[in-house]
Amino acid sequence: MANDQDKILDEVTSGDYKYGFVTDIETDTIPKGLSEDVVRLISSKKEEPEWMLEFRLKAYRHWLTMEMPQWAHLNVPEIDYQEIIFYAAPRKKNPNSSEEIDPELKETFEKLGIPLNEQKILAGVAVDAVMDSSSVKTTFSETLSEHGIIFCSMSEAIRNHPDLIKKYLASVVPYTDNFFATLNCAVFSDGSFCYIPKGVRCPMELSTYFRINAANTGQFERTLIVAEEDSYVSYLEGCTAPMRDENQLHAAVVEIVALDNAEVKYSTVQNWYPGDKNGKGGIYNFVTKRGICRGKNSKISWTQVETGSAITWKYPSCILLGDNSYGEFYSVAVTNNHQQADTGTKMIHIGKNTRSRIVSKGISAGVSNNSYRGLVKVLKGSENARNFSQCDSLLLGDKCGAHTFPYIEVDNPTAIVEHEATTSKIGEDQIFYCNQRGLSTEDAVGLIINGYAKEVLNKLPMEFAVEAQKLLQISLEGSVG
Amino acid sequence: MLKIKDLHANIKGKEILRGINLEIKAGEVHAIMGPNGSGKSTLAAVLAGREIFEVTHGEVTFNDKNLLELSPEDRSREGLFLGFQYPIEIPGVSMVNFMKAAVNEQRKHRGLEQLSPADFLKMMREKKELVEIDSALTNRSVNEGFSGGEKKKNEIFQMAMLDPKLSILDETDSGLDIDALRIVANGVNKLKTANNASIVITHYQRLLDYIVPDHVHILYNGRIVKSAGKELALELEEKGYDWIKNGE
Repeated sequence: MANDQDKILDEVTSGDYKYGFVTDIETDTIPKGLSEDVVRLISSKKEEPEWMLEFRLKAYRHWLTMEMPQWAHLNVPEIDYQEIIFYAAPRKKNPNSSEEIDPELKETFEKLGIPLNEQKILAGVAVDAVMDSSSVKTTFSETLSEHGIIFCSMSEAIRNHPDLIKKYLASVVPYTDNFFATLNCAVFSDGSFCYIPKGVRCPMELSTYFRINAANTGQFERTLIVAEEDSYVSYLEGCTAPMRDENQLHAAVVEIVALDNAEVKYSTVQNWYPGDKNGKGGIYNFVTKRGICRGKNSKISWTQVETGSAITWKYPSCILLGDNSYGEFYSVAVTNNHQQADTGTKMIHIGKNTRSRIVSKGISAGVSNNSYRGLVKVLKGSENARNFSQCDSLLLGDKCGAHTFPYIEVDNPTAIVEHEATTSKIGEDQIFYCNQRGLSTEDAVGLIINGYAKEVLNKLPMEFAVEAQKLLQISLEGSVG
Repeated sequence: MLKIKDLHANIKGKEILRGINLEIKAGEVHAIMGPNGSGKSTLAAVLAGREIFEVTHGEVTFNDKNLLELSPEDRSREGLFLGFQYPIEIPGVSMVNFMKAAVNEQRKHRGLEQLSPADFLKMMREKKELVEIDSALTNRSVNEGFSGGEKKKNEIFQMAMLDPKLSILDETDSGLDIDALRIVANGVNKLKTANNASIVITHYQRLLDYIVPDHVHILYNGRIVKSAGKELALELEEKGYDWIKNGE
């Protein structure tokens, strides 16, 4: 029986990554390596104003003084920053026509399920499609601008909305924040900017789709979302990369600012290439995501489904500054084969009557390691803060690991902080019960996993939830007995 | 429908079934009784294909197919249903989704089309009424937080949904109060046709007040030591199992 179990485990964990193709397109790349000259070159490629270059250089000089953090429960091979190409952009075939997208690019995104033609797009979703270091196309910009909403690539925003960028960029994640965020400040290439004016409820889902295509490059995108008073926006992020034998670095920064009564919902389905069954290749995903509930009664909600990447290091966080503000973090993190994930959240309670809720569901299979790391911090002036955290781990097989590192720091006696944690295995009896009703083992596992992750999947927008359910099943295909 | 010939089975090297012979025809209800540890639940588990048991000898044919060669899911799809003694909880999976997946698997196996959501819900409603199960139960996750009695009723409900050829009810009566017992027994009786059969495994005569068996078998030490009509159950109730044990 043990053998059977191993066999089924192998089958389920060997599901293929279906986004692993490479687009054959001419790419404008710069020489590999990192220096002040490279930072200047990136800035000039982007035709940036002087102040932006100054910001980059300041960050770069600071980065030189920093060391890579070692506290995560991860085994990260040495990264040689002189071997990485820091800028790669698909080259336009015909530089004269500024409107048309290269058909190859169009096809790539269509293959990924992201049509860039507005007529074909899922109704109600606006997309910013980013390949390597630059934004390919942002759809529905015009429709959105009728509501005063700005949704464009970061490069455009720097050129066209310098006041907003100067005011908010790096206001949540400062350039000195951490090794990878600082690196991002120096070399970030593109990303999305989204601004929802006062009193506007964004009429459609906004989304950014990130695609790494070029070899040996790193991707360093930057997203900034600003929700003015009484506004609402739901934002989605998706990502994939080709299968390559070497590892590629992805170090992004996402910042969210929510003013009085504003609500921002940020959902991610992260599906970077995880490496092959033997742990070769895959994306190193070192991402800093943070939102600030600056206004009273504001709300920021993070939902993430993490199935990809060889290494994930990511803690979407909320700073609850405004009184009565609310932060949420819903996460499903799946690791299989040799994947490693150290992910969780930080909830920093500063304002009065602030509340936060954390629901983290880890699923480990193969020989992977999956850690939850979270901080709930209640500052002195934060009266009546409330937090509820629930961290569940599910193990498939007996060669994987699940770890939980919850930190709680409370400086105000009126706070109520609750933490619940469970670790479980998919029971052989649960699978047999499903078998007895006619379900195959694979279907049974899919059903059980989706049941386990339901609380988080329910938080995703509809089309995304269906996609995520399928993704969970594919990620674990062959991993259970 | 089911023919068991000299069936032997082990768990971890220990022989539990030591030569079972049994034949069940369509339209029949068989009761299997016996003291604790006699092998009743093992027999049910072996027939359903639970892997922790190893069949060392014997044959089982189910509708002319070699049952022992089939996977547990294929046995189910061929129409074998096991009502669990301890039904399993599956958190987060709604009864509706669970049953939809199960019913459609069975239909696929029989070459039928998938049910439309409307037809499926209609079927659920009818079966719920038939077995008198509380509507609220089917809106919850599979067996999660169900009381002992609710879990057993849920087994009967699933049996109604899947419409099996052969149902094996493993101590479905244990832990039930008299009202729940009546509901479970009524469900079984209502689902009975000339084309299906059931094996009712029980400790007590009590359930047989409601489900009238055509045959009663007494299992002891891994063998069927006595078979007779329904009067055997009454005799057993009166004399206790010592009568069987001593009689060996």
